[in-house]
Parts: sequence; structure tokens; C-alpha cells
Amino acid sequence: MKNQVGREIPDELLKQYGKKVFSGSFVRSEDTYQKTGPCVHNYIDPTQSKMVSSIHEALVKCKIHDGMVLSFHHHFRDGDKIVNMVMEEVAKMGVKDITICASSLGSAHDPVAKLIEDGVVTGIQTSGVRGKIGEAISHGKLKNPAIIRSHGGRVRAIEEGDVHIDIAFIGAPTSDEYGNARGVGGKSDCGVLSYAMVDAKYADRVVVVTDCMVPFPNYPASISMTDVDYVCKVDCIGDPNKIVSNAVRMTKDVRELNMAHYCTQLIAESPYFKDGFSFQTGAGGASLAVNTMLRPIMEEKNIHMSFAIGGITKPICDLLEAGLVRNIVDAQDFDLGSIESLKNDANHYEISTSAYANPMNKGAFVNRLDFVILGALEVDVNFNVNVVTGSNGVLRGAPGGHPDTAAGSKCSIMVAPLIRGRIPTVCDQVVTVVTPGEDVDIVVTDYGIAINPRRQDLIEAYKDSNLPFCTIEELRDKAYAIVGTPEQVQFKDKVVGILEARDGSILDVIREVKPFEFKD
Amino acid sequence: MDIKKSAIAGTLESSDAQVTVEPGNGKIDFSLDSTVIHQFGNQIRATVLETLKRLGVSNVKITVVDRGALDCTLKARVECAVFRANDQTENLPWGGAIK
Repeated sequence: MKNQVGREIPDELLKQYGKKVFSGSFVRSEDTYQKTGPCVHNYIDPTQSKMVSSIHEALVKCKIHDGMVLSFHHHFRDGDKIVNMVMEEVAKMGVKDITICASSLGSAHDPVAKLIEDGVVTGIQTSGVRGKIGEAISHGKLKNPAIIRSHGGRVRAIEEGDVHIDIAFIGAPTSDEYGNARGVGGKSDCGVLSYAMVDAKYADRVVVVTDCMVPFPNYPASISMTDVDYVCKVDCIGDPNKIVSNAVRMTKDVRELNMAHYCTQLIAESPYFKDGFSFQTGAGGASLAVNTMLRPIMEEKNIHMSFAIGGITKPICDLLEAGLVRNIVDAQDFDLGSIESLKNDANHYEISTSAYANPMNKGAFVNRLDFVILGALEVDVNFNVNVVTGSNGVLRGAPGGHPDTAAGSKCSIMVAPLIRGRIPTVCDQVVTVVTPGEDVDIVVTDYGIAINPRRQDLIEAYKDSNLPFCTIEELRDKAYAIVGTPEQVQFKDKVVGILEARDGSILDVIREVKPFEFKD
Repeated sequence: MDIKKSAIAGTLESSDAQVTVEPGNGKIDFSLDSTVIHQFGNQIRATVLETLKRLGVSNVKITVVDRGALDCTLKARVECAVFRANDQTENLPWGGAIK
């Protein structure tokens, strides 16, 4: 059955997963649902200890067996050691058929690809995949199709019971012996534990894994003792050098600076740029540069930001310190500067990923966003955006908060160079739809800016602007004139991944890659 | 033109292509490795074969390692490799066989 973004979703898949096809970003606005809940093992006996001496002991006590769902967070990013540590032990114990439900997986988790081949891991549900796991999935090695969700969509799926977590392993920089865990302190400081908060609330068993025990009570706690079954002290949970950058690099690339300038002007000239506006940027070159470029305009016009959100970096913390930003709501930290700010600035808050982006709670921060600046691998002429499949059709990216912030914000701005190598960014049809076109408002490239025709109000607002506006078709034509008209990537029939929309419907499927063959 | 000896042109930098020509077995033997093969494999082959035809090369083993080069770059690299295989670096037919 074809969905609203024109993607053919196999009927048997819909039946098997009890899913609907995507039919618009807000069609569930009148829906109600019953939240699911965990099976709780209590600690009524005050003499009971939560301490376990190894991952092995934790697994034994949690009664690990075939077919279980294990969850992980990705606050340690490429420095994470928890996933491999746990999965190695699981494999050693001879357990099979495990589903990994992670907030994201990266190249640090390449060893999992082997476990996929061995049948130890047969399911993956995540908001991002890179490296060898992505290749294994795209080559059809994973038994069940991988399910890819946005950050908000993952929280929704857990709360609605689409996925039930048997054991959550929560890596924490510090914990006390009763399981109060924090994102700050210790050797593997990652700032916040936002992604793990839903896991703690909904998993049957919660194991905090730390390499730094602190005296009770470790407060204020990101993960509360009220949700934690066991605490496991290990030697090392992560590589601090890969958890955060010392300093995010400010781009010197003239093309990126040019696009950042366009974005800054778009914001400054928009009807939403007034005192109390809100803003999310990422750690990408152009979007990061916008932070710096906005500052003098905010100072000149005496405009303050009510809140900044998202993956936080030092440049936005500098604006907080300068009084230009009133609050930072933080769901992930990318550099040392942002962690320092979180520790020291009273207006810099840790939030849960549900508060950040869950589409089906009673209101998330993304809904209060004015602007978001996002990257894109591809944008098609219907404004659909791909950020997960590469030009070779292989899974290698992360929706992250992309679909959430695009849908929630008043003005979502995609920024990408018109061509990368020979690949046109603006094209007839993206390989995979990750963010539906109805949620994408403006596309900024180095060759011009296109406003989504669905947003006539924005087109009207910019009618006297000197910015280089054109249509999305004109952008595509400019790209094709330079690189030629690309052919579509060819796939086999087998579905290897399901791209879920925020509301749980199916936005697209990812199929097994096929080696290229010349025509005739 | 004949391919008298092996010759190479181009680099493995992004947006370039490295073209190697070697004496053939009586036909054009084409092989391609490209970062954009799915989107442009057929187009790259057509461009390379067309360029060889224009140069009058019909007996060659040609290997293209493409890193997302545009057609103009591909043509230039093929032309350069073929003339190098003939040790011809002066008096090149600009505007003639070399478009």
C-alpha cells in the first residue's frame, strides 16, 4: 500500500507488525492510548543489596534468556563501551535471538555486526546506525527488519508498548550503591542521561553500569534508585576522548559559511525573530556557525532567546552566559564546554528525551520551537528528507531528532550543499524518506534557497528579501545540470529496515542492497 | 590510436578519477570502481567509451577508479592517459580529437 509520501509499503509487513502506513504528521492528534508499564521487582527489604560484581552476575540475576530485548543509550557516543561489554557476555553465555533497543548505535559498536551474523542478535531498534552494523543490516544479515525511529518516536514506542524492554543497561558516569545515577562526574562525564530516562521507567529490569561509585545519595539524580534493580561497578564504561570533543570545530569552509549566512538572514528576517524566540541547532558546520552569526544581530536588536535546545555545544552556552539565551534545555552534550555549563549555570537544565521530542505525550519542547536548523543527505522536490541511507543505499545515519524538530517547529530549515562530490542533494526522489516533506519549510543550499509551497505565509513574509530564493525544482535542475541526471539506486526485494514515523506508522522501508550492474 | 604502453592519469582525490590504460587484447576491456556507481555507472561508462571512440582507440584495457568526477574530468583523464600511452606530450590536437 502506498503511503502519503508515495512509498510502497508491503501489505504483509503492515499485517505482521500491526502497523498503518504514514498518512500525515498529525493524524493521531485525537488519539488516546493506555501507557504500558514494567514488571517491578521490589526492594521492600531494606537489607537487600543492589550491588553486583560483574555484567555476568547482572545478566544471571536478570534471568537473561533467548529472545529478550536489551536496551542501551548513546550518551557516550563513539566512546561507548557498555554495548560491547554486555553483548560479549551475552554471546559468551550462549544466549541467542536478542533484540537491541538502543537510542543510537555507532561505529564503536562494530563488534555487534559479528553477533548479527552469529544469530546472537536478531533484532535492532534504534535512532541511528553507522559502521558495520549498518552494512550488516543492509546486506540482509539481520533476521528481523531493523526498526529505525526518531528520538521522540523511540520514547513513544516504549511508552505505547510497541517494544517492551526486558533489561535496560544504563551506563552512568556516577552512581551510588542504591542506583541513583548521574550524567556528570567520574571519568566518563557525558553531562546528561536524557535518552536513558524512558528506559529506566519502562524496562522490567534496570542495571546501572558505572566506573565511579559515589556516596549515597548521588543527587540530583538523572536516573532514580526507585527504578533501578542492580548497580554494577566495572573498570571502564567509556573513552572520555570519544565521548565529547574538547572543542567543536568552527568551520572555515566558505561554502558552509555562505549557507550559514543565508540561514542567519532567514532567521533575522522572519516573523518569528522577536524577543523570546527559541532555537535548535546541531553540531554540523553551517548550523553551528549560525549561533555565532546570530549573536551580533540579537545584541543589536536587543532580542533574547527564551530557550535553546538539542545537542548542546559551547557556542550556545556562551550565549547563555552572555544573557542572550535565557534557558538551555539539554538532551545531549557534544563538548566539554557544554558539560561545564550544565554543571555551573542554573539556567541550563537536563531534560528527558520525552520532554524533548515525544510526539504522543502531553507536550514536548519541540512543539515550542520557532527555528530548527538541520542537515540533509538528500531532499527531493516534494521536500522529503533523507538522513539515513547513503548514496550506495546502505544504512549509515541517524534520524535522531530530525523528524521531531522539523514537525514541532514553526520554521524548519534544512541546510546542505547542492552537490556533494557528484551526488546531487536536491533530487527527484530521496532513497529513504526520514522526515516527511510536510514538515520541511525551507531548504538552504549554496546555490539558492527554496521555501516549501505549503508555507505560503513564509513565502509572503520574505517577498521583499534580497536572499536568493528559487523553487525546489530549480535547485534540482541546477544540480542535474552540473552532475547529470542520477539513476535510482537498485535494491533487492527483501525489506531489511522499517523507517517508522514519529507516530508509529510506516514512513518508508529500507531494502537489501544489490550490487550494481551495467545496463545491457 | 594504439596503446603502446601502460599509462595513468588522474588521482584518487574526491571529485577526480584515476584512469589507467594498458595494451588490450583486440577489444575495449572496461572496468569501473566508483563511489557513485549506482547513480552514474552507466553514464560514466558511456562517457569513457565515447571518449575512446573519438580518440580512435579500440584496443585497450582501461580501468577507471572514480571518486565522483564530473564528465568533463573523466574525458580529460581518459584523453591524458591515452596520449601518455603514446608518449605524446607536445603538439596535442586541442579542439580536434581533444574536445
